[in-house]
This record gives sequence, C-alpha cells and structure tokens, in this order.
Amino acid sequence: MSFLAENFPLIRDAFLTTLSLAVVSGICALILGTVLAAMRVSPVPALRGLATFYVELFRNTPLTVVFFFLAFGIVYVDLQFPSRFITAVAALSLYTAAFVCEALRSGINAVPAGQAEAARALGLDFRQSLTTVVLPQAFRTVVPPLGNVWIALAKNTSIAAGFAVADLTALLQRLSNSAADELALVFVAVVAGYLVITLPSAWAISVLERRLAIVR
Amino acid sequence: MTSRPNGEPLVRLSGVNKWFGELHVLQDIDLDIARGEVVVVIGPSGSGKSTLCRTINRLEPIEKGEITIDGERLPEEGKQLARLRADVGMVFQSFNLFAHKTILENVTLGPLKVRKQSKGDAEKRARELLERVGVTAQADKYPAQLSGGQQQRVAIARALAMDPKVMLFDEPTSALDPEMINEVLDVMTSLAREGMTMVVVTHEMGFARRAANRVVFMDGGRIVETAEPETFFTNPQSPRAQDFLSKILNH
Repeated sequence: MSFLAENFPLIRDAFLTTLSLAVVSGICALILGTVLAAMRVSPVPALRGLATFYVELFRNTPLTVVFFFLAFGIVYVDLQFPSRFITAVAALSLYTAAFVCEALRSGINAVPAGQAEAARALGLDFRQSLTTVVLPQAFRTVVPPLGNVWIALAKNTSIAAGFAVADLTALLQRLSNSAADELALVFVAVVAGYLVITLPSAWAISVLERRLAIVR
Repeated sequence: MTSRPNGEPLVRLSGVNKWFGELHVLQDIDLDIARGEVVVVIGPSGSGKSTLCRTINRLEPIEKGEITIDGERLPEEGKQLARLRADVGMVFQSFNLFAHKTILENVTLGPLKVRKQSKGDAEKRARELLERVGVTAQADKYPAQLSGGQQQRVAIARALAMDPKVMLFDEPTSALDPEMINEVLDVMTSLAREGMTMVVVTHEMGFARRAANRVVFMDGGRIVETAEPETFFTNPQSPRAQDFLSKILNH
C-alpha cells in the first residue's frame, strides 16, 4: 500500500488526464454528433450525403488509425495540433461523433412522425421543428445507447497512451517497467481509475433514463 | 346553415393529382372553398379524403395541379411554406400533441416560435383558448395525462392560437372513444357557427348535417359528388354515394 501512497501524485495526474480526455471528447462528440444527425435527416440531399460519408468513414476506421493520422499524417497537409492532448481529443471526438450521430438518428426515427408533422403544420421550419420538438424527444429515448457510447469513449481514451499522453494506461506501462514486483497493485489502481469513471456513469444513465422518460 | 358564403375562394384546388408510387390517390381534384365555408369530406376508406386534406398545407406534396390559399400559391419548400402553414390550422386523427411539453406549452409553442409573440401574450391567449375548449384545469399537465377527447380539444386550441385563416380536420374523432366524440364535435360546431373556414374529413354524418355548408363525397381518388348536406343525405345522385350512404345510415 505504501507503494500506492508514494506514487499517488502520478496516479492522480494520470486519472485526471483520462477523465478530462473523456469529458472534453464526450462534449465535443455530442455537439458534432448532434449536428451530423441533424444533417442526416435534413431535406437537403447534399447535407445528408456529407453526413453519411462522415459516419461511414469514421465508424469503419480503427480508432488507432485515426490517432495515427492526426498525430503524424496531417503534417503532410501542413497542420499540427498544439499539443498531444488536443490531438487525442480531436481523434476521440471525430471518431465518437459518428456513433453519437447513429444513436441519435435511431432516436429521431423513434419519435412518431406525427410530432414533426404537427410542428410543421404550426409553421415551424425544419430547424425549429428539429430543435424544439424532435431532438428533445429523441435525446430522451437514446439515453441508454448514448450511455454505451460514453462508456466506450471512456475506455477508448486508453489509445492516447500510445501517442504519448500520460493517462492511466500510460501509467500502467510506466510503472510496470519501473516497479514490476508491484504489478498486481498497479493493475488494481489503473482498473479502479477507469471504474471510477464508468460505474457512476452507468448509474447516472439509469437515473437520467427514469427522470427523462416521456409517457405516451 | 345551408346558404353558401360568397366571395373569392379562400382555398382553391385545381387539377390536383397525386400518386403514391403506382397508386393514383388524387385524380383531377377541383375544389373551391369560400371564406367562412364549412366543407365536410366523406367517403370510404382509401378514397383519398385524408390525403386531400393533407395536401392543403402540403404535408403531402402533389405531383400535378395547383393549390392556392387566399390567392397565394402554396410554395414548395422552405420559409415561405412554413409561413403559409402558420395560417392553416390542422387537427390530426391522433392528436399529435407534443409529448414532452405541457398542455400550456403545446398551445404557446407556435405563437412564441412562429409569431414571435411575447411569453405573456402567448400564455394569456392560450389560457383563453383552453378555457374555450374546456381544459383549463389541465394546463400544466402533460398530454398523456389527458383523455383522448381532452387531448383533441387541446389540439384544436393549439391550432386556433395561430389565428388561422382556415382549419383542416383530418378525421378528428376517429381515434376517440364514443363518449368523447361529442365534446370534440361541440367545439367544432361552435367554431363553424362563428364563421371559421373549415375542411373536415369525418365519418360523423350528424356533424355534417348540423354544421356543413357543403358535403364532398370522394371515391377512388375522385370527387364523385358535391352537394348541400340535406340534398346529399336525402337524395344522393351518384350510385357510389347511394351505396355508401345505404351502408352507413341504415343501422
């Protein structure tokens, strides 16, 4: 136990890095995914096509490849992210947005067509009917699948360790080299770090699901 | 209520044709609806009467023909269409109240978002309308907490809140339990008496007799017969209308 106490600042910093990777990427992915979902149901064919292309590209590309491209590939187009952390956030957000979009789109499809018809009949335009009538109801039905996306994202942050971000997984690598005899303890600490993020999320998701449920 | 109001037609359909794939659901429909007129559209299921109603605010686009409202051609898409729809109230068979909003919010949504009214004005008017349709006590509840009849009356209030030029009713009582039908028809009848221009797709022959200026009988995507209610119900001209009426009136 004294081993963990000695390394507490390291573990804390690694945990906070993983947490902020997940939270910042989660927020970015939610915003981008919502815009993509709106594009996928829009009446403009070009927007639908663009969003479909995006989703298929990112959800069928391994996340590690996305990281590789953003870390090294974009140098060829004279671009570079200001920090490795931002590179990781960009990769995680772009990748996760595709899954957010698809979860949300299934929720939009689950909103009865009559809701959007009633909104249009009142004179609301496409954007208004989407933002005031369809999306608020869609979000409520996709809390469980979005929860899955969030948990997957929290775990996917571990790929950042391979790209020199000092997160929990990087800590595991580092300590397993320097303190091989305490390996079991290091594992416990790292796994606990991820569980602290994902388990309360699962609980929060089920609470949110019950709170937001709409009776039909 | 048999005299036909005069003046320029408020709603005009000319040469309207619509297909669902191979199915020719509306065939050469010509129909003028005068200001203040109440037109009841009846016909067997699949006759195209609901589709006809839904083309008037372009919830169903048409392939051929022209629809004008108050002299203005129905735009194809976008902001102009939205603006024109704001002047056309619609009441659906399945109510379609916004499930995530309270009754009051359902009625104020259009005035707030489309008419850009202030919250105070919109709520004041909404409460007046809810009182008029008799659901004041439910203002802060959600749609699912109301009976079908109450929901449909709220839907009427929601449409009226936009001060529409014309109201479309697409089988407004077909999803209701029998004991709730009259409370909705009463609201509609009083609207008709006050001179609202109405297009009503319904199976309620009593309402047609009581409130309509004109009955339009449809079959197979065509308007087969148009007549004043008394004439239509007592002396239908076309064999299809005679057949239809004999099936629904003699039991």
